[in-house]
Amino acid sequence: MTNRLLARLGHLYLGLILVFLYAPILVMAAMSFNRSEFYQLPFDFTTDWYAKLWHNGEILAAAGRSVWIAGTVTAIATVLGTAASIALYRHSFPGKALLRALLFPPIAIPWLITGTAMLVFFFGIGLDRGTPAVIIGHVALALPYVIVVVSSRLATLDPALEEAARSLGARPWTVTRAVTIPWILPGIIAGALFAFAVSFDQFVVSYFLSEPGDSTLPVLIYTSIRKGFTPEINAVSTLIIAVSMALMLLAARRVRFGGED
Amino acid sequence: MAEVRVERLVKSYGAARALDEVTLDFPDGGFFGLLGPSGSGKTTLLRAIAGFVAPDAGHVFIAGRPVEDVPVEAREIGMVFQSYALFPNMTVAENVGFGLAVRKISGAERARRVAEVLELVQLGPYGARKPQQLSGGQRQRVAMARAIVTRPRVLLLDEPLSALDKALRVDMQIELKRIQREVGITTIFVTHDQEEALSLSDRIGILRDGRLIRTGTPREVYSAPGDAFTARFLGEANILRGSVEPAGLRLADGTLLPGRATACMAVRPEHLRLTAAEPATSHRLRLRLVQRIFGGASGTAVLDWQGQRLKATGPDDTFADLAEGQEVWASWTPDRALPLTD
Repeated sequence: MTNRLLARLGHLYLGLILVFLYAPILVMAAMSFNRSEFYQLPFDFTTDWYAKLWHNGEILAAAGRSVWIAGTVTAIATVLGTAASIALYRHSFPGKALLRALLFPPIAIPWLITGTAMLVFFFGIGLDRGTPAVIIGHVALALPYVIVVVSSRLATLDPALEEAARSLGARPWTVTRAVTIPWILPGIIAGALFAFAVSFDQFVVSYFLSEPGDSTLPVLIYTSIRKGFTPEINAVSTLIIAVSMALMLLAARRVRFGGED
Repeated sequence: MAEVRVERLVKSYGAARALDEVTLDFPDGGFFGLLGPSGSGKTTLLRAIAGFVAPDAGHVFIAGRPVEDVPVEAREIGMVFQSYALFPNMTVAENVGFGLAVRKISGAERARRVAEVLELVQLGPYGARKPQQLSGGQRQRVAMARAIVTRPRVLLLDEPLSALDKALRVDMQIELKRIQREVGITTIFVTHDQEEALSLSDRIGILRDGRLIRTGTPREVYSAPGDAFTARFLGEANILRGSVEPAGLRLADGTLLPGRATACMAVRPEHLRLTAAEPATSHRLRLRLVQRIFGGASGTAVLDWQGQRLKATGPDDTFADLAEGQEVWASWTPDRALPLTD
């Protein structure tokens, strides 16, 4: 009796969580197809906002810039993070524990503070605001995520696998390429997705480090909401969600997160 | 193929000495078993020969050349790991061909040698499978094939059969021995399973606390263990202690075992004869039969002598006429009493 009741409550709880998570998104997606600019009902289907979006050069340019920056950040952070994870896995050196510990605070420190610090630092070393500064900032933010995810996958690697490859005559780089990387690939892909998400969603650091008129999509959305909300923002957000959900589903089909089975 | 020699090998982990001045020769083409309890240093010794462990002092020679400065990948060894360590992202054939691929051996030649060695381990049709689709015994044979296909100078086996269940383990012992004889590679293997060591090896070495305490053929070591640890570790042994008198060994219960004596000696369970009537030899003990254990082909009698547990074994119905709880005599022929240092 109690078990069944608990199971029902569990289902209800799960249902509520899904509603809270997805209801606002569904409303937003619905409103991007509603004719009224002020979210008035009855619902009147239209694709006008998408057509308008298609002609809004400002939003399209910002979206393109966001994708380009996120792609670059993903590439850099994934390569650096994977290399760092393998180094931390293979070698012991003085200060290794400290270095590992230092990787976590960037995840916990509020982005507002990190962003301010970066702004001050970049100003100090004479690096102007602009896309390079944004990319460097995003890489710094994304790197710990990649290292954490790849390292947790590396922790499941049987050391005997690498030793077996060496005993068969493989040099260190061959061992890495033929044995280590295939094993940690799910972690690398997951880390890359995190890196992309961290960069693509990033507002604070982008806001601080990008030049006015050269902003990323989150920054543009923020500034245009302040000016006055239009359903075009709903439309672009819906598109972003659709694309990122599709990417996640693709990744989930290829990779099982959280290890084997 | 080559002979291997280790000379005064020392390796410490903190205060613990994993290897303490170990000197040992592994003859060319031989099957050498390293035996010892966990923590005895046997795995460290194997890994030092492979090159995964850098010794603090001493030398490893392969084919007469010191290999301290030769990294693992250039030592031309084959190794089989306890977990088999088959590459999960590769097929059986790719696993076996890995060592040939890193040696830049061309596709056709590689395929031929992979097929040949898979045939040798009786896995001919399994080349296209993934390791995950194989049984434990098959994985073991793939690991073996992968280790020997490169024609290494030495084959190192780290507890190669311990992951298999008992029935399969006996089959694989026979298989392992057959493969080793066919390819004739100098083989060194580590085990804590004494039966495995006895049945596979040409020679064995017994390690304890990082020191090599006994080497020889299995028969030599079993029939003349030399010390109490070896006697107990290799096979089972009833250890008898007493004080040496001019006439012989005086045991705690007053029994005098006549003849040349050492303060400690052992009698193997299979050499103890149990009788209800007093035997016509002075090499005997009066003790109590605690329990009879039926073991199919063989039977075991658990005995209590002065509070010490002894064991006797024999063919299935040897002890059928004795009752549990009965006082009995255990006797042996004097040459079966093995003198030991303590």
